[in-house]
Amino acid sequence: MKVKEYGFWHKVKKNRTLLLMLTPAVLFFLLFAYVPMAGIVLAFKQYNYSGGIFNSPWNGLDNFRFFFGSGDAWRVTRNTALYNIAFIVVNNVLQIFAGILLFEVAGKWFRKITQTILFLPYFISWVVVGAIAYNLFNFDVGTLNVLLKGLGMQPIDIYNTASYWPVILVVVSAWKALGYGTIMYLAAITSIDTEMYEAAQIDGANIFQRIMKITVPNLIPTVIILVLLAIGNIFRGDFGMFYNMVGNNGLLFSSTDVIDTFVFRSLTTSNEIGMSAAAGFYQSLLGFATIMLANYAVRKYDKDRALF
Amino acid sequence: MSSATVNGDVKKVRKRANIDQIILSLIGYVTLTILAVFCIVPFLLVISASLSEESSIIQNGFQIIPSTFSTEAYRLLFEFPADMLRAYGVTITVTVIGTAVGLFLTSMTAYVLSRRDFEWRSGFSFFFFFTTLFSGGLVPSYLLIINFLHLKDTLLVLILPMLMNVFYIIVMKSFMSSIPDAITESAKIDGAGDFRIFLQLIIPLSKPALATIGLFIALAYWNDWYNALLYISKSELMPLQYYLYKMLGNMDGMRKAMMASGAVVNTDLPTESLKMAMTIVATGPILLAYPFIQKYFVQGLTIGAVKG
Repeated sequence: MKVKEYGFWHKVKKNRTLLLMLTPAVLFFLLFAYVPMAGIVLAFKQYNYSGGIFNSPWNGLDNFRFFFGSGDAWRVTRNTALYNIAFIVVNNVLQIFAGILLFEVAGKWFRKITQTILFLPYFISWVVVGAIAYNLFNFDVGTLNVLLKGLGMQPIDIYNTASYWPVILVVVSAWKALGYGTIMYLAAITSIDTEMYEAAQIDGANIFQRIMKITVPNLIPTVIILVLLAIGNIFRGDFGMFYNMVGNNGLLFSSTDVIDTFVFRSLTTSNEIGMSAAAGFYQSLLGFATIMLANYAVRKYDKDRALF
Repeated sequence: MSSATVNGDVKKVRKRANIDQIILSLIGYVTLTILAVFCIVPFLLVISASLSEESSIIQNGFQIIPSTFSTEAYRLLFEFPADMLRAYGVTITVTVIGTAVGLFLTSMTAYVLSRRDFEWRSGFSFFFFFTTLFSGGLVPSYLLIINFLHLKDTLLVLILPMLMNVFYIIVMKSFMSSIPDAITESAKIDGAGDFRIFLQLIIPLSKPALATIGLFIALAYWNDWYNALLYISKSELMPLQYYLYKMLGNMDGMRKAMMASGAVVNTDLPTESLKMAMTIVATGPILLAYPFIQKYFVQGLTIGAVKG
């Protein structure tokens, strides 16, 4: 026992510079990630300003009862999960497709220019994307309606019709993420051993066979990692996206309200701190459970490809 | 097998490959061109709208090529630039400080975690990684920042919460792990301390990763509006994107601000073109710097992904 104690302090002393170098990051994550985790107790309390987090009275599961009883819980959970599943599938398929084409196309200048253009949307803020969407979909002066009117059709009131938004949001998400993901996949394709292609070519495989038999299988590890990371966020909405595209437009909530916008709204607009804490806790639990399940599934399939 | 048949086979293979190649190239050029058009047209619409006369926007809607040309919106914007300039100042300050400090802390942390001879590295790695699996949610963080750290309406609140990000630490760590241990070892034998090794050896060797992550961090700060939405109510502390967000939704506010700063503004302010001009001005620096930055960005990402 004594030897062990001596060993520990000896190690601390030996590694003191490295430990000191870690200190800012440890303090940062303690303060901004671990301390808020303790704040989860709020979900079980009736928050009032004089009591604060610690002295407000307990109210058991009332916040959860209120949240699940309001009918919002199912709607926001369903929306969040469905949107993220659609984003994961559409974005990755499109990015792999574009990555492969970018790799196979011959023109160097063409490659450079398309790469630059595809990356452009990644660099702008969601505020600007919101402005662009307004520019396209505005009822009176939006490009889409001007086109429709030009063709002699009825204009569409997009900002008052919930059913258009799933399509719009999936397209916008694909549009913004396209360049980044394409480059990630392009980098993975570039690292594939060229000898495999040469061997396949001598065996008489055509280019489509080579893509299906060599490129795509070699991308699977990258796909698994990116999808695993995305699955961990399946119950997290991209707040910037939803808020700037839709805002607090109650007419659209049935198809656009996600857990994050719901929590934000109940915190800032209706000031229901206990219930929004409960909703946030519910979101964290769901996220934790999904990532654990997904990681477990990947581990079973192939141990090396799991996250942890 | 005689050499003649081998040559014949190769020729046959090459001929077939050529036809496949042509088909694939065709698909590639067409698809990538369509995708690129989708990525760039929205930007053209905004630029065009910002340069159109208000009346023609109202009559014809937003168009790719302006039917009338006017720089009135920009003139108005630059006539009384005080608010816009202040927002620029806030954003530049936050971006510069946040990127410098964040990049330094991220790389220092990543370096310690990449040291194979550091005994507790897996423990600390898990300490950081766990924060991506589970979080306290928005409400506890919000109350922490407002009630305990008292950071509401300070510049710090725009910098601190985004200072470090686990994903960046992991990317940087995997890059640094590819630096041979022998370099650290030999420096140690020469008597260099851990911090000195980090500053004088590892940092210069990590330039591509530093450029890439630095860019990620800078972009996040430049485009941030969320922290301002939550924590900033004083107009003099509004960063650019939040200022834009406010103005897009509130042209009356714009009118008042202009009158307050002494402008004689008639009631028919060119609202639509002014909104688009503001969007351009807020995005401008990124769009201008983008072609130059992108080169490093793709390179860094490629290196990180291939060798990391």
